[in-house]
Amino acid sequence: MKTTETILLDHGSGGRASQELIKNIFLPYLANPVLACLEDSALVDTGAGLLAFTTDSYVVDPIFFPGGDIGELAINGTINDLAMRGAKPLCLSLALILEEGFPLEDLKRVILSIQGACRKADVPVVTGDTKVVPKGKGDKIFINTSGIGLVDSGIHISARNARPGDAVILSGSMGDHGITILAQRAGISLQGNLRSDTMALHRLVQKMLAAAPGAVHTLRDPTRGGVATSLNEIADAAQVAVELDESEIPVKPGVAAACEILGMDPLYLANEGKCLALVAKEHAGRVLDLIRSLPEGADAAVIGRVSEGPAGRVLLKTAAGGSRIVQSLTGEPLPRIC
Amino acid sequence: MKYVSEFRDKKFIAPLVDELRRTIDRPLRIMEVCGTHTMAVFRHGLRSLMPEGLELISGPGCPVCVTSSAHIDGFIDVAGRDGVRVAIFGDLYRVPGSHGSLARAQSMGAQVEVVYSPMDALTLAGRYPQQVTVFLSVGFETTIPLVAATILEAERLQVDNFAVFPAHKIMPPALTALLGDPELRLDGLLCPGHVSTIIGAAAYEPLAASYSLSCVVAGFEPVDILQALIMLARQAREGRAEVENAYGRAVSWQGNLRAQKLMNDVFEPVDCQWRGLGTIPASGMAIRDHFSCFDAEKRFGINLAETPEPQGCLCGQILQGRKTPADCPLFAGRCTPLNPVGPCMVSSEGTCAAHYRFGRG
Amino acid sequence: MCLAVPMRVIAVKGVEKDFTIPQIGVVEAQGIEKEVRLDLVDRWPEIGDYLIIHAGFAIYTLDAVEAEINLRLLREMVDAVRAGSGGEKQ
Repeated sequence: MKTTETILLDHGSGGRASQELIKNIFLPYLANPVLACLEDSALVDTGAGLLAFTTDSYVVDPIFFPGGDIGELAINGTINDLAMRGAKPLCLSLALILEEGFPLEDLKRVILSIQGACRKADVPVVTGDTKVVPKGKGDKIFINTSGIGLVDSGIHISARNARPGDAVILSGSMGDHGITILAQRAGISLQGNLRSDTMALHRLVQKMLAAAPGAVHTLRDPTRGGVATSLNEIADAAQVAVELDESEIPVKPGVAAACEILGMDPLYLANEGKCLALVAKEHAGRVLDLIRSLPEGADAAVIGRVSEGPAGRVLLKTAAGGSRIVQSLTGEPLPRIC
Repeated sequence: MKYVSEFRDKKFIAPLVDELRRTIDRPLRIMEVCGTHTMAVFRHGLRSLMPEGLELISGPGCPVCVTSSAHIDGFIDVAGRDGVRVAIFGDLYRVPGSHGSLARAQSMGAQVEVVYSPMDALTLAGRYPQQVTVFLSVGFETTIPLVAATILEAERLQVDNFAVFPAHKIMPPALTALLGDPELRLDGLLCPGHVSTIIGAAAYEPLAASYSLSCVVAGFEPVDILQALIMLARQAREGRAEVENAYGRAVSWQGNLRAQKLMNDVFEPVDCQWRGLGTIPASGMAIRDHFSCFDAEKRFGINLAETPEPQGCLCGQILQGRKTPADCPLFAGRCTPLNPVGPCMVSSEGTCAAHYRFGRG
Repeated sequence: MCLAVPMRVIAVKGVEKDFTIPQIGVVEAQGIEKEVRLDLVDRWPEIGDYLIIHAGFAIYTLDAVEAEINLRLLREMVDAVRAGSGGEKQ
């Protein structure tokens, strides 16, 4: 099989190319039982409790966009990765790689956003690092944030725990962040009501877990690769099938229109303020009501269910009444004309 | 979205499917000429609703799929030249030539920018005056007039750092070439909606007459496709071979004359190599001499070499409707969207990509 | 080969038949606005027209009358089916 000899942009897309990189280059040399779980956060047993540990890097371009900026993304994204294992976030690290020539005004603006996001979430940055690379060797600013959190005993949230019968809940509208970034690209310039949905979800998660202990089996924030890729990963990990109902998936009208114009499928677009929750069916109604009662989850909906089906298969019942398979994202979503 | 949502309304679809089922009285082979139709059928899950006896064959209307390996190699050649930035539609990004794709060329340092419109490529030329921006252009008659308008605008603005490398193709000659094959038994053609917006429904009359073939111009929403299939089934049942227009809101009999004129003012028909179909006379559109300063092939001295198809790849036969992806020994094994061998797998509307994304499992 | 969507005209820039300045339509759908080129559209647009947009250009003025006729026929079909008289159409 012909393999690419260089890193391609597709390798960073969160889809199959990224998975191949992990499988072929990282796991063979780095694997241990904790890493091999490949969840949003790793759970490390300290002997005195479970510690959640995660890291994420942010390279989005443009760095300022409607609804947020790279700084907010970096804080909320890492808090969410902790929250997706049911952890209470404790603190974050913040590492910056700055390109020579990056305006100090812009750096200050990003730092102010980070301050705002940390305060809003009540999670501090406790350690950091800064490096500068020569002009042309970076792209304005790259950010890495790592986070640690504590998982209460009795909480077991993992992709592997998804069970047939579980309801698949999405906490709000799909595709907002991904289409907003794409629309900012030079050469597209769509004006309108598109905004990133970047938001920290740890409080939402804690309330869900308090309301229905043991009922929440899996949590995942569908960032790069979108809902489609996240559900395929869960279906694979748990060896179950997932059925989705297209009519139930909340998509803002502006997002849907922008997707039609550019030829994008919102199932593959990044979400930065939403989570998928796979919940035992007898508790799903109550959990949904709870999520909807919170500002972070006003548009939440049950979008599907876990079924016995062929393991790893995600099937979409279309709005037209037919059905089709939904695969993981292959490479970077690009606007098309055909 | 107005004039889109109504034509996806579920309450229309079930009755239309029933009507289609009632109308089909024998097995029918219909060719969906246009790749966008293939994608629409899969995306809306229409395949799972189709009644027995209806065989939908994908045809050569995927401009990226039929772009020859030589052209892709030529694109990559230009992209690698000093002082050149290329602009492309997203569809072209991962298409493999004989040694890699534009995605790979970008990873090796070529400046490749995905644009939404050919006019955006001209804007890029203005933004980077020290470089030549070359628009690598693929498309059928829906898109060719847009490129013509862009070249005319470049001329009006006296832009000297902009060029177009066209790999354009036009539909009727390819259809004539396909239909000349006696092995390709077809009962009807689902004709491409937006190509027809430009060229008009009348363009298919010679085909209907010469080959006794039912032709129905169809839009791309589920309701549009079903209505057109019903009309094709009715023609078959009644023994008619006519051109009908099921996309009246977007297609007229004569088409968009202004767009046709623009296209013919800037481009002229030339013989052209179609991947998998060979050379078809007067089926490509090249830049006329008057506009040769915008012709990238002349500007950069590109000579398109001919390259053989990769071994085992059945893209050619799939494009002709003779084989299905399942028939190809490489499908989903050696050839996947991540590591495509032929363009049918890479193009977002390629037959193999559609089957892989929507139909497997 | 033909991704194109209908969008409503909310403003027009430029002058019909004057090709020395760009002819631009501002179109919208669901709150999303886009400037599109009018170089090849079949007729000069009016506010409220729906234009079919492909790759940043208007390629045709959607025939709203045809669209409504089509939709009316579809609604009649559904009503006929509901009324239980959805028999064979010959």
